[in-house]
Amino acid sequence: MAVGFDQYHEPAAELPHETRTFARLCASLTEEAEAIGWYEQRLAVEPDRGAKDIMRDAQGEEFKHFCMDLEFLLRRTPLWREIAEGILFTDGDIVEHGEEAEEEAVEGEASRGAPLSGSESLGIGALREP
Amino acid sequence: MSHLLREHAPITQAGWSLLDDEARERLAPALAARKLVDFAGPRGWAHSATNLGRAERIADAPEGIVAATRRVLPLVEARAPFSVARSELADADRGAEDVDFEELDSAAHRIAVAENAAVFHGWGAAAISGIAETTTHDTIALGEDCERYPRHVAVAVDTLRGVGIDGPYGLALGPDAHTRVLETSQHGGYPLLEHLREILGGPLVWAPGVEGAVVLSVGGGHFLFESGEDLSIGYESHDAESVQLYLEESFSFRIATPEAAVALTP
Repeated sequence: MAVGFDQYHEPAAELPHETRTFARLCASLTEEAEAIGWYEQRLAVEPDRGAKDIMRDAQGEEFKHFCMDLEFLLRRTPLWREIAEGILFTDGDIVEHGEEAEEEAVEGEASRGAPLSGSESLGIGALREP
Repeated sequence: MSHLLREHAPITQAGWSLLDDEARERLAPALAARKLVDFAGPRGWAHSATNLGRAERIADAPEGIVAATRRVLPLVEARAPFSVARSELADADRGAEDVDFEELDSAAHRIAVAENAAVFHGWGAAAISGIAETTTHDTIALGEDCERYPRHVAVAVDTLRGVGIDGPYGLALGPDAHTRVLETSQHGGYPLLEHLREILGGPLVWAPGVEGAVVLSVGGGHFLFESGEDLSIGYESHDAESVQLYLEESFSFRIATPEAAVALTP
């Protein structure tokens, strides 16, 4: 039976192991977000309190899975992490924080010698303190 | 697949992660030049030369044509081969914590020393001029008397300030001098290391590959390291017993302000 590999947009055999793992976790993150949305809809229409308790508990699991997937991806992607740090758990205008975080992170990455996208290097780059 | 051919190696994903982590751990403390000079890139493996922004007139041009060739600085490819026993990689996959990566550690040290030596002392065959050889200032004899090191470093800093080179300043210390500094406390027990940092206002780094020491401005714009491919592990070949790998990078180095450094000889 053919197995689906929808998370890959390029031939899997040409992708480095690290990129395949990254793609799997991205797919998992998407699935957890979808599940969170589905439970939210079910909870909105379910009248039975017992059934709602179970669904709330199940949705909590999805929250946890989503956060674990996200944390893994952020640890593997310093630029993403830096941008996330400027947006997540802040007050105020989300779009404004997003624009500022992106600008600062991209400029910072260039000055640190971050690896090129898809590179298999050790990612050491610049070591001078700013 | 990149030219590193990692996919062809009989190494699991966990094995590669372990090798990469070990290499990073060994390289980072020894890559002194990157802690002191400007770093540009990485530009990728296909990047072959640094633009110098200069051109040389071609005398023999067709009638009515004025021609020039651009001057560029070629990148040097540096590679440090090493091997890993397949039995050690298999043990790593079983969860062994004490895997023998001695040859990788040695290769990491060799390539870090080569990079530092090229930046500070030059590499003629690779068209790289070193900071210590290019400086326009008189050299200062460092000697073995550590008590005099603060004075020597202060003189070097004053020399740079005197020609309008702004700080902060950094110090690349060769291994012998660095050991002496670490072992020494001045009168009152104040660590010599801290005293030197206060004079410099910038970093003091252990620099294997450096003979003596170099005081330089770390303000930026003076010393330019350009990375093509940053340090990477690639695959060469394997047999039943071992896997032949290598650490590799490509880079160029050029000096924009020779007067922004003072060399201290051993």
